[in-house]
Amino acid sequence: MLPHLDAAYNLARWLMRDSEAAEDVLQEAMVRALTYFASFKGVNPRAWLLQIVRNTAYSSHALNRGVETVPLAGEHEEGGIDLADHGDDPEAALLRTREQCRVRTLVAALPVELRETLVLREFEECSYKEIADATQTPIGTVMSRLWRARQLLARAAAAEGLP
Amino acid sequence: MSAPAPGCDKVLLVQAELDGELGAAEAAALAAHRSGCPLCQKAEAELLRTRALLRGEPYAAVPEAVRARVMARLRQHETRLAVASTMVRPGRRLWLWPSLGGFGLGAACAAALAFLLVLPQGGDLAVAVVASHVRALQPGHLEDVASTDQHTVKPWFDGRIDFAPPVRDFAAAGFPLQGGRLDYLDGRPVAALVYQRDKHIIDLYIWPASTVPRMGGGTAIHGYNLAHWTQDGMTFWAVSDVEGAQLDEFAKLWRRGS
Ligand SMILES: [Zn+2]
Repeated sequence: MLPHLDAAYNLARWLMRDSEAAEDVLQEAMVRALTYFASFKGVNPRAWLLQIVRNTAYSSHALNRGVETVPLAGEHEEGGIDLADHGDDPEAALLRTREQCRVRTLVAALPVELRETLVLREFEECSYKEIADATQTPIGTVMSRLWRARQLLARAAAAEGLP
Repeated sequence: MSAPAPGCDKVLLVQAELDGELGAAEAAALAAHRSGCPLCQKAEAELLRTRALLRGEPYAAVPEAVRARVMARLRQHETRLAVASTMVRPGRRLWLWPSLGGFGLGAACAAALAFLLVLPQGGDLAVAVVASHVRALQPGHLEDVASTDQHTVKPWFDGRIDFAPPVRDFAAAGFPLQGGRLDYLDGRPVAALVYQRDKHIIDLYIWPASTVPRMGGGTAIHGYNLAHWTQDGMTFWAVSDVEGAQLDEFAKLWRRGS
């Protein structure tokens, strides 16, 4: 129902790697968005809002607390694994969930500028142009960051024995 | 980190194709190259594996509690903004705020939030029109050119926009022209004419029609009335908090072309 708010929250979580810090960033970013709304004359509100979230996160002292924080995983587990979704094979569902958890940890361990680029592309399905707007980065840099992020992720996954 | 493209300088294009960023001609040229390039074939296979790895990632919506706290914070902030703008902005525009009437600034906030949060990309044009109007009502954003003279407002658009919007004054009928400004709607720059009706502001957005002419229509969003029609190759959207009947009258004046 509120797609931009979801996108803003997700980006904040992937940047901050901590639910509480992510909510702080989200709140601050939404206040900024409301304040600067009058001066917004762009054509893409989502990229504009994501840019505010990103700038807010970057100005937060909590941004680089270290890669040892294992983020996000907890919440998904709290919600419970919906076994019904996976038909009659709860074991496969559990395995898949564990695998996802490990993939999340690998993404979270990427350097922040690679992480934000990958997250915007893979999870928010942003175009290169939108990523360039949101991260205030030339499209060529977006492309090479995506490439590096995917290379690092593939290598780490291989080292972990993920398929 | 290693260079982004070890071996073949086309691997970023392979990636761009998988990301849906290549046009048909570029994709065809790449396919011709890739069929003879093992490096690009390898890159494609790797990229597909990485994508499969990420594909199962569930998308987490904002938890209800977080959303509620964000909304509460915004409401609080909105009140502060309102007080500040009333105090620092004496003068001719002060009356705009009271003119928001019964919904007060809640309506302004509702439209801002609709724009920020609800409006999907390429979404409902009517919602975008209301959001743009509400944004324009905020102090200092209504007019780029303030004039009641259509012969001043019309040439102002020359060179600022790639079409010549029709500009008319209807002061005699109770809709005096107040000015104009540039705005953005439907992914393009548009002309906005500002009219006054008693203590209410009417925004009229005009841009070249890209579709077949449509019959006029009226609707209401967040307490704002809208009128929409096409005429002489232009798309028109009028929006205001005046009564629907008055906005219809305004639209009729325009369509009659007098
Ligand atoms: Zn190649």
